[in-house]
Amino acid sequence: MIPDQLQHQIPALIVLTPLVLGLITALIGRRGLGWWIAMLASLLVFAGSIQLLIDVMHSGTYTVSYLMGNWPVPYGIEYRIDPLNGGVLCTVALISAAVTLFARRSVASEVSRDRLHFFYAVWLFCQTGLLGITITGDAFNLYVLLEISSLATYTLVAMGKGRDRRALTAAINYLVLGTIGASFILLGIGFLYMVTGTLNMMDMAERLDAIYITWGTAEPQYQKTVLTGFAFLFVGVSLKLALFPLHTWLPNAYTYAPAAVSALLAATATKVGAYISIRFIYTIVGTDAAFRGAIPTHVFIMVSAGMAILLGSYLAIKQDNVKKILAYSSIAQIGYIALGFALDNKNGLTAAVIHIFNHALTKGGMFMALGVVAYRLGNTRLQDLRGLGRKLPVSMGAFTAGGLGLIGVPLTAGFVSKWYLVTGAIEAGRYEMAAIVLVGSLLAVVYVWRVVETIYFGKRDEGAPNVQEAPITMLVPMLLLIGASIYFGVDANTTSWIAEAAAETLLGVQP
Amino acid sequence: MRMTDIPPAFVLLFGAILLAAAKGKLRWVLAFALPVIALADAWQVIDQGRDSFVTLMGMQLTPVHVHAATPVFATVFGIMLLGGVLYAFNQKREIELPAAAVYAGGGLGVLFAGDLVSMFIFWEIMTLGSTVLIWSGKQNDNYGAGMRYFGMHAFGGVILLMGIIIVIAQRIQTGDADPLAFRHMHEMVEGWNTLSWQSAGMWLMMLGMLVNAGAPPFSSWIPDAYPQGSSSGTVILSAFTTKTAVFTLLTAFAGVDILIAFGCFMAIYGVVYGILENDIRRLLSYSLVNQVGFMLIGIGIGSRLAIDGAAGHAFAHIIYKALLFMGAGSVLFATGRTKMNQLGGLYRTMPVTMWCMIIGGLAISGFPLTSGFTSKSMVVAAITDQSALMLEAGKSNTYLVLTWIVFEAATAGVFIDACVKLGWFVFFQKDSGLRPPEVPWNMKAAMIGFAGICIFLGVFPGPLYALLPYKAEAAAYAKVVYSFDHVMTMLGLLLFAGLSFFVLLPLMKRTETITLDIDWIWRRFIPKFWHDVATPILGQFKTVKEAVLEWLPGRAMDEADLPAPLRKRTPGTWAVSVPVLVISVMLLAYLLVYFWLVPTAG
Repeated sequence: MIPDQLQHQIPALIVLTPLVLGLITALIGRRGLGWWIAMLASLLVFAGSIQLLIDVMHSGTYTVSYLMGNWPVPYGIEYRIDPLNGGVLCTVALISAAVTLFARRSVASEVSRDRLHFFYAVWLFCQTGLLGITITGDAFNLYVLLEISSLATYTLVAMGKGRDRRALTAAINYLVLGTIGASFILLGIGFLYMVTGTLNMMDMAERLDAIYITWGTAEPQYQKTVLTGFAFLFVGVSLKLALFPLHTWLPNAYTYAPAAVSALLAATATKVGAYISIRFIYTIVGTDAAFRGAIPTHVFIMVSAGMAILLGSYLAIKQDNVKKILAYSSIAQIGYIALGFALDNKNGLTAAVIHIFNHALTKGGMFMALGVVAYRLGNTRLQDLRGLGRKLPVSMGAFTAGGLGLIGVPLTAGFVSKWYLVTGAIEAGRYEMAAIVLVGSLLAVVYVWRVVETIYFGKRDEGAPNVQEAPITMLVPMLLLIGASIYFGVDANTTSWIAEAAAETLLGVQP
Repeated sequence: MRMTDIPPAFVLLFGAILLAAAKGKLRWVLAFALPVIALADAWQVIDQGRDSFVTLMGMQLTPVHVHAATPVFATVFGIMLLGGVLYAFNQKREIELPAAAVYAGGGLGVLFAGDLVSMFIFWEIMTLGSTVLIWSGKQNDNYGAGMRYFGMHAFGGVILLMGIIIVIAQRIQTGDADPLAFRHMHEMVEGWNTLSWQSAGMWLMMLGMLVNAGAPPFSSWIPDAYPQGSSSGTVILSAFTTKTAVFTLLTAFAGVDILIAFGCFMAIYGVVYGILENDIRRLLSYSLVNQVGFMLIGIGIGSRLAIDGAAGHAFAHIIYKALLFMGAGSVLFATGRTKMNQLGGLYRTMPVTMWCMIIGGLAISGFPLTSGFTSKSMVVAAITDQSALMLEAGKSNTYLVLTWIVFEAATAGVFIDACVKLGWFVFFQKDSGLRPPEVPWNMKAAMIGFAGICIFLGVFPGPLYALLPYKAEAAAYAKVVYSFDHVMTMLGLLLFAGLSFFVLLPLMKRTETITLDIDWIWRRFIPKFWHDVATPILGQFKTVKEAVLEWLPGRAMDEADLPAPLRKRTPGTWAVSVPVLVISVMLLAYLLVYFWLVPTAG
């Protein structure tokens, strides 16, 4: 099958494939070819990341380590894959492949022809960044890749200007805030590098542990430096994660970006942000310091998460653009993920990891369904969706199924995540958080129902343009993701196996 | 899962798909075969009494488990669906039968659910099926009513789910061997009034169930939604939702005294609104609330006889209530009217319908020799027994005496409502000039069959008693049910009530009015209050006004959609300055808290 020699190089290839192919796309400039190259890259990366996850899960220690250029740790860059980032990697790769397939017709209708090759080049750079952030075990490397993905994302959002000029404002807004967030992360890493002298995450964690021991004694070491570093890190990461109240860039960016970009970003960008938070808190800072020790980071995160769930869902109810409804719902869903990792127990962490995957499937599929609407109607205002259920039965059916997942109806993937989350909250004695999760589900019933009611029971205006179901290349990836979100709701064995393994390794890192 | 224990619900759910696809004769063969197969399967499962398991969503679920009350409810569900199909035989609505099969399938699934999660799944399937059934009625206000129905049940469903999740999580915490199990919540009976998360979970579960049972303040969905079905759809609608809720309450919360209060309220509410009502099917919906109230009283008392009474009453009630709705449906089918002031004198041409409705009316009032008498009186006996026990134990029995009075008064009231008033205004009183032909044979056959069951169970209650959860108590009760003074008390009560109807006849005449119900509070009062009272008062406080009424909604809206003057004042979602300020504040907050806390940690 795959030669051994090649198999060992998979971690590097996952990042290099989209990077190199992206450069090629930009350079050759043949318009029709861009999509084919992007598709090829996504499929290769997807195959590679599945293989990698299998390797990780079957290795005794649940880790695969890859040394860039064979430089030993901690001097060189290490790619380190455990069930957590293996799972996130597969999520990103799966979504990228599905959305790339979807993008062909959708993007062609929204981006002008002479820029298509640039679009797909940037598209691949964005994937490079997201995959790289996930896979790397080096803190500075993470920052570099974060910048690659962010810059690519700003560009992609701005590409929505063909349909709506507001995409430009949304992109510049996102750029300013995203850059602040990234520089905060850089500062945070810098402070930690100052005191530990290393950039390798595992190494940094060990050295920080040694520093913590001296705290509270007569001569605490580097206490203020480390704490300042943490503060910068957490605020920066919260911004990337779009955790309330730092979520303001998200709704407009998602709404005015091209449909395929919305699907890609909603399903992967904030998920990778969630991954960064989990990695920093659990692997580098350590929960003993971040949660159980002196600094009550989990209180910050829980309050933010609770507000995100309630206000995100509430604001979703009030929107008139369906894309914006989904964007605000994403803010709420990020709240669920953040709550999961702030709970600091196995069930909560499992909920966070599994929700990263489940929500990526659901939201990705739903944004694609809206992409179909935009492709056929040119916009996604709620009033224009009236009676569309009869015209676009497949897409709107998929949207409805996805909506059930957002509510957390049993037999959808959303239920599995919320199940772990509520169990974890109660286990942690955080009943108010369990209650907030459930109230959030109630609010989700309202905003999902509002759309579903319009779709199926609204009457189409007289003289509204006749619309047809989307081409098959748009329907297949959409049904794939929504179908998967149902499948992993019915049979959650695989996903919960991986998520629980991730939670166990993370909690096991700290004695 | 073995072949021999297919969940009976799956027979109906799978059958519904076939039914939707089938055409012509095959469709009807299927429609009649389904309830029979489901019933046979249900009994086969009950006889085996064995659980079966399936792994779903990473949990081991028990879709087949036989609870104490499962046999009696499953039997009547099967009979009911068969009767409903027979009654609907001349209907042409294509979607009605599959929807009914899904609805009944969900109900049957709840009866056999051995764990809370599969119970909830079937519960929601039932909601979906019944909503479609309401919409298939194609009445005037049907769409809105279906929506309100669905909204109410989605709300109840989420509350139920919250409760279930909290209860299960609590059980996992306390190391329960079978945390998912759907079983009696002994904890609730002992400590429902202690304030803990444990009891919060159970309260939420119970409230979710009570929404479906039509308990206050959620009673009004029944008279709102049920009259919207087609003549045959309403017959089926009347049977499953409330009774499934009764079943779950009986299984999980028998003996929780607060249910007595709910039951008493519903018993009175149903009678009072029934007396004021003009529409036959709305009147029957109110009396349905009243009857479910009786069942809740039985569940709240919780003694073995009371449980038997509640379950037996549910059986009898499904049959006679369906019979009454069939009669009302026949009147609607034949005349196209359901308002009592537009009807009258139908006894000339619709004798079969008339006699069947009178038998149904007698049964609902608990007249001797009808099924209502043999089932409802068990609950009365349980009240008096319980009251005697309380006295022996030296405790106050006042609330039981009150319950008894409410029970008897409501019994008399329902006799006036559903028997005398209905019979009088529809079939006698003035001659409305209507001479509709009698309904087709299948409707007659269904009504005669159900009337036969009412009489049969009134005369020979043995077979029903043999199905009940506590067979020994029921058998003992069978010996005293037809004692002389029991019969005389009942006759005296009912005949006096009947007499009072004719004395007060002028007051009883109905005109076309709207009766205000509790749902007025959330359909009219709360929106009005917010608009006319709360908003002006909040407007007095400038900051509150700006924050709550202008800034928040402004934030929520896309700024581009706002009128120009508002756009300036609200920063909207476009400005970068506000988020940057928020970032700085966040960073400051983190730093302050970290620096302030760490040195003291030691």
